[in-house]
Amino acid sequence: MNKTLTKVLATSIAAVALTATLAGCGKGSASSSTEGSGEIALWTHNAGNPEELAAVQKIVDSYNGSQDKVKIKVQAFPQDSYNDSVVSAAAAGKLPCIVDIDGPNVPNWAWAGYLKPLELGTDLSKQLPSTVAQWDGRAYAVGYYDVALAMMARASDLKAAGVRVATIDQPWTRDEFQDALTKLKALGKWDYPLDLGTAGTGEWLPYAYSPFLQSFGGDLVDRDGFQSADGVLNGDKAVEWAGWFRGLADQGFMAKKSGKDSTQDFLNNKSAIVYTGSWAADKAKAAVGDDLVVMPPVDLGKGPKIGGASWQWGVTSGCSNPTAAMDYLSYSLKPENIAAVAKATGTIPASEAAAAQIPAFAEGGTNRIFMDLSRKFAVMRPETPAYPFIATEFGKATQDILNGADSKSTLDKAVKAIDANIKSNGGYKK
Amino acid sequence: MATVPLPTRPRVRDTTKAAPPPSDANPSARRRPGFRRDQLSGWGMIAPAALLLLAFVFIPAILGFGLAFTNARLISPRPIEFVGMDNFARLFTDPTFYRALLNVAYFTVVIVPVQSGLALVMALLINKKFRGVNFFRTVYFLPVVTSMVVVSLLWLFMYRKDGLINEILSTVSFGLISGPDWLGDPNTAMPAIIVLSIWQAAGFHMIIWLAGLQGISGELYEASQLDGTSRWQQFRYVTWPGLFHTRSLVLVTITIQALGLFDQISVMTQGGPMDSTTTIVYEAVRSGYRQQETSYASAISLVFFVLVLIVSAVQRYLTREKD
Repeated sequence: MNKTLTKVLATSIAAVALTATLAGCGKGSASSSTEGSGEIALWTHNAGNPEELAAVQKIVDSYNGSQDKVKIKVQAFPQDSYNDSVVSAAAAGKLPCIVDIDGPNVPNWAWAGYLKPLELGTDLSKQLPSTVAQWDGRAYAVGYYDVALAMMARASDLKAAGVRVATIDQPWTRDEFQDALTKLKALGKWDYPLDLGTAGTGEWLPYAYSPFLQSFGGDLVDRDGFQSADGVLNGDKAVEWAGWFRGLADQGFMAKKSGKDSTQDFLNNKSAIVYTGSWAADKAKAAVGDDLVVMPPVDLGKGPKIGGASWQWGVTSGCSNPTAAMDYLSYSLKPENIAAVAKATGTIPASEAAAAQIPAFAEGGTNRIFMDLSRKFAVMRPETPAYPFIATEFGKATQDILNGADSKSTLDKAVKAIDANIKSNGGYKK
Repeated sequence: MATVPLPTRPRVRDTTKAAPPPSDANPSARRRPGFRRDQLSGWGMIAPAALLLLAFVFIPAILGFGLAFTNARLISPRPIEFVGMDNFARLFTDPTFYRALLNVAYFTVVIVPVQSGLALVMALLINKKFRGVNFFRTVYFLPVVTSMVVVSLLWLFMYRKDGLINEILSTVSFGLISGPDWLGDPNTAMPAIIVLSIWQAAGFHMIIWLAGLQGISGELYEASQLDGTSRWQQFRYVTWPGLFHTRSLVLVTITIQALGLFDQISVMTQGGPMDSTTTIVYEAVRSGYRQQETSYASAISLVFFVLVLIVSAVQRYLTREKD
């Protein structure tokens, strides 16, 4: 056979194959998210979390079995790439009907027009307030659970140092906390008695540390209209917070950069007090036993504060069958379903009725305190579409302050960036 | 030698000589038979790569340049508006951007000579014939095969306050030296990243140097031995000139790679502490994705593109063949 002809043939075959593959890709992704007759796609970030995924899948299966009009189809993504997947799907106009969303992101997605306000058959007022994401006066997402940060310690250590155990009714004050750390440090058992998880990055920073700021009386942004952070993120209270936070490291109470796994360090007796979430409670309980005490975060002036809202569910605005999607969400909020997910994930169930079904969270249960903490102290991260931006600026400012940057000028810089961002987005108004 | 045409090249000149003066009566006669088909298959060969490059590099790049002059955002219901130079005005008044420039310059200025020098030394070492040379070649090349993200994660642990490096320092010095938290201290974070980067990437450039070394004809060495040169003279007057093209290649690739510093930063320090390790690409990704400011990130990328272009052009000019 003629050699050049073979070449031409080979190239054209390659080209055709390539075009076909590309076309195939396009078609494949399109069909995975468009709803066929009666099929509704549901996206979740749970691919790396088999327990939660299985619990969600179980709800979906039971819903699919309960009626024959629609079929929900679960598609799971790894958490790290989940948001990117949703954003790119939205850009391509191929969002699935039901998505899960990290609570603080809900206003951003609602503002962007990804989400539809919820119209559910169930009563959302029965939900733990921090599991319903509102924006502009309407609910856009609802979750099965929340998590709560708390301070965990060993009762024996506190006793040895002569420090009282803090309770929900009587949390530690700022002075008491200072005193407790001084006494614990004096025991000489730990390099750093306190572990606030300072090695954390990303969303952990605003999630963990903005409640302290709020307890001082500052905030991430002025919640009256959400138009500026000036005076709240760089006001006297905020500067005081920064000084206090930095002081914890300067006085040798905590490491500027903690270990990779704070809970594990605590269990290995590398720290006396660890600031971690309800998710670590079962593990800590198993390792420390009855010696473990769970205490509310410190009251730095305005009472203890805890960041509210975890992963929640919403219906997208492009959904071709919103009635069915809403129906599924209502169904999934049945107490037994909420209880199943909360149980699988070790999180705080979103309603009292569900809590009653989980011994650990029922009245008097071992983890009941987290539910009380959440109900009593939870503060939502600012419900504004600007939140993702504010979060990055706050996170960076916190790290810089911890590393020795001047508090006031660092906070001023963050405020300037946040205000410019809000302004350039027309105030994030609808 | 250079005057002999390559065998694959169509000998257009020979056929035109034989053809009648250009009358365009029979243009195909001027060409070798099969020329058109060769051309066709040539284009066919280029097509897949060209299409992919066009679709995934050139078009996005051009779109990105356009976005830099708008207020486009990753997530927004607002229409995109043309805002002129606003993004650039903001960029050039942003102290973090200058810090990023400075960091990248620091990184590049250290990396380029040290990494290429080390790679050359390694290449010279393993360009000998002795038992076990393949073992060393593999060992030197191993870090290159490991992904930068994995390497960064591992070194992250080694650089910790109670990590491997500080433990070794402490043991070797009988407890006299207690090392810093390498990545947590603004003074040591960038040097720490430089060391790791060199360790990871030097093996790659070693292979390029090695290819260059093996391209130098053995006759030249024999001749120089006959002239009684020392080993240094041999390196200076035979090896070094013989590596001319390799040198340019290594220089340009290391520079571009160094200017685009991102992986290590993203995994290990996220630009901190206090912006001491932030880079231009890291800032672009941070604003573009985490902060959703697509247009601002595009402006950063455009500036970065121009910067790389200038640096490469200067290097091309300096390493041009002078004759």
